[in-house]
Amino acid sequence: MNKTDITCDVVIVGGGLIGTTLACGLAAYGVDVAVVDRITPENIISPDFDGRASAIAHTSKVALEGIGLWPIIAGETQPIDEIRVSDRPSLMFLHYDHADLGDNPLGHMAENRLLRTGLVTLMHQTQGLTVLAPAEITEVARTEGRAAVALDDGRTINCQLVAACDGRASATRTQAGIGVTGWTYKQQAIVTTIDHERSHDGIAHERFLSSGPFAILPLKGGHRSSLVWTEKSALVGSFMALDDGAFLDEVAERVGGFLGDVSLVGPRFCHPLGLQVAERYMDTRLVLVGDAAHSIHPIAGQGLNLGLRDVAALMDILVDAKRYGLDLAHSAGLERYQRWRRADNLLMAGMTDMINRLFSNDIAPVRMARDLGLAAVNSMPPLKRTFMRHAMGQVGDLPKLMRGEALG
Amino acid sequence: MNNNQTTRPPQSSRDEQEIAGFASHAGSWWDPVGPFAPLHQLNPARIRIMSDILARHYERSLADHHPFQGLALADVGCGGGLVTEPFARLGFSVSGLDASQESINIARNHATEAGLTINYQVGAPEETLLDLATNDVVLALEVIEHVADMEVFIAGLAQRLSPGGLLIMSTINRTLKSLVFAKGAAEYVLRWVPPGTHHWKKFVRPSELSEMLRSAGLRVVDIQGMTYDMATGGWNVSSDVSVNYVLSATPA
Ligand SMILES: Cc1cc2nc3c(=O)[nH]c(=O)nc-3n(C[C@H](O)[C@H](O)[C@H](O)COP(=O)(O)OP(=O)(O)OC[C@H]3O[C@@H](n4cnc5c(N)ncnc54)[C@H](O)[C@@H]3O)c2cc1C
Repeated sequence: MNKTDITCDVVIVGGGLIGTTLACGLAAYGVDVAVVDRITPENIISPDFDGRASAIAHTSKVALEGIGLWPIIAGETQPIDEIRVSDRPSLMFLHYDHADLGDNPLGHMAENRLLRTGLVTLMHQTQGLTVLAPAEITEVARTEGRAAVALDDGRTINCQLVAACDGRASATRTQAGIGVTGWTYKQQAIVTTIDHERSHDGIAHERFLSSGPFAILPLKGGHRSSLVWTEKSALVGSFMALDDGAFLDEVAERVGGFLGDVSLVGPRFCHPLGLQVAERYMDTRLVLVGDAAHSIHPIAGQGLNLGLRDVAALMDILVDAKRYGLDLAHSAGLERYQRWRRADNLLMAGMTDMINRLFSNDIAPVRMARDLGLAAVNSMPPLKRTFMRHAMGQVGDLPKLMRGEALG
Repeated sequence: MNNNQTTRPPQSSRDEQEIAGFASHAGSWWDPVGPFAPLHQLNPARIRIMSDILARHYERSLADHHPFQGLALADVGCGGGLVTEPFARLGFSVSGLDASQESINIARNHATEAGLTINYQVGAPEETLLDLATNDVVLALEVIEHVADMEVFIAGLAQRLSPGGLLIMSTINRTLKSLVFAKGAAEYVLRWVPPGTHHWKKFVRPSELSEMLRSAGLRVVDIQGMTYDMATGGWNVSSDVSVNYVLSATPA
């Protein structure tokens, strides 16, 4: 054993939103963790790294309160009070109002950079949490007795469990021989942020344009919104290449006039879209969490929310195991995690896929059917409430952290 | 003593056929889908029950880092160390005893890999010459149904227990229900025994076990059941002791 070797309970591969949230949550309950990422936290929070904003469902907010992140970022988040879904050109509306369900907003918008900055602050405040970045992993060795993660600087981290949070191209998953099923959409998401003259009034808009969904998501302050513009892959390059003036014209045309004058803030980004689900979520001393296990179309803003549910479920299981001295990788625990999360994630993957297919197409009968569908949903309060509860994350078997309960 | 010797000549709890059976499967102790799979399923539930009992008995909080620091525990019939290791993590200074050399070899290797310090010994509890002083806690889990002489075995356990200590045993009840439900589950460890030699008769009723413990100078203080949940594949604590049960006793 090298004298710089580290021993901890869980090694988290990948310090993205999911990996760092899991790290803070576990360490808060006495499970020692090390987070490895090839990028340093400082680079991850720079303005040109991630320009997205995330819709945080109500139960995800409860979980983030539980791990202590929410108090750090709450002042910079924007409640979503209404969601308006429209299908241009027919303009039929599906209208979700939080007042239909009670006092809670439908969700909150948080810029990813805000989330990431808050997580870095929280990681600094948390004991029993080591960040190893930048570091490349050279080997992940897993046996019945233990796991060891070797880094390119010569150090080895010994642990009981490896949590793969290394995103949809997870090398840890590939090395474990866990296959994936899925496909790419011939679409990409262009993401940018705009300032606008009129207030958004806390309303999120989802427009179904002929190339695919176009979302206008309200940010803190009333006069800033995040745009997710789904576009056919073949056209994305030309839009990304436009100068700022021409790009703004394209954006303004799609937004429409209701927000008054608009201007661009910050860079634009594009993300290829696909659906991908892992065959299994576990192997000897290994679990897959977040996008490493499932990556879905952003149409319903649920990818991160699903990952946070994975985190909460895994925390339930690992904190319990730690409390009782059980091996953190004990098979009954990992199987429970897989059973708990896989079905839920598959359901959401299927729903988002179906919605995207339905709405990314301009065939007249399909359009008419979906218009009728939207109108029908809107006129049926019970069904609408069910949809809203789904969007708010309030369905299914919720882990303790999402019910606002203490663990352990 | 002399009388006993004439009625039960071996004066040993060792059942060589059983020990050979375990030895031949020792390599599979830690395989969650191998012959010991049912034990892997049962393990979290029985560790939980015992930790809660021990935390109450010694007034420790499981929220603490090493809640049982300063206490000694002996796991008799430890096999590959499935229960021994968790209790080492909880802060006990732990010994593991098993009659099978092969099982102890596996247990030692696994503990080394896991970075745990455990005093593993080959033998039966009544045997002298063991490096096994008295312990605050003695465990004998899923083992009494495999021994040749239950009284000798229990006397050995009592001898390893310090005054004020706690003995925890778990086993399978001898009821009609256990005949139907537990025998299938118990065959896993007994499948190397030639057909028909696995005696449901070897299962022990709580009343019989209590009586044997009383004769050895111990008093039963608690009994709980464990029931299998078909839907989740997990085990739950319950008051139903008709199949699997956990019993604890202190020196009277
Ligand atoms: C346009 C768009 C909009 C979205 N909007 C929403 C939304 O509104 N709401 C929502 O819930 N979700 C949304 N999502 C989904 C959400 O962003 C993702 O689900 C989430 O970011 C996944 O986080 P992750 O930590 O699992 O993976 P990632 O963010 O991919 O993080 C993986 C990390 O692992 C590191 N890494 C990878 N390989 C290695 C390696 N070999 N060694 C070390 N480190 C490694 C990477 O550097 C990275 O930091 C959206 C997605 C897109 C594309």
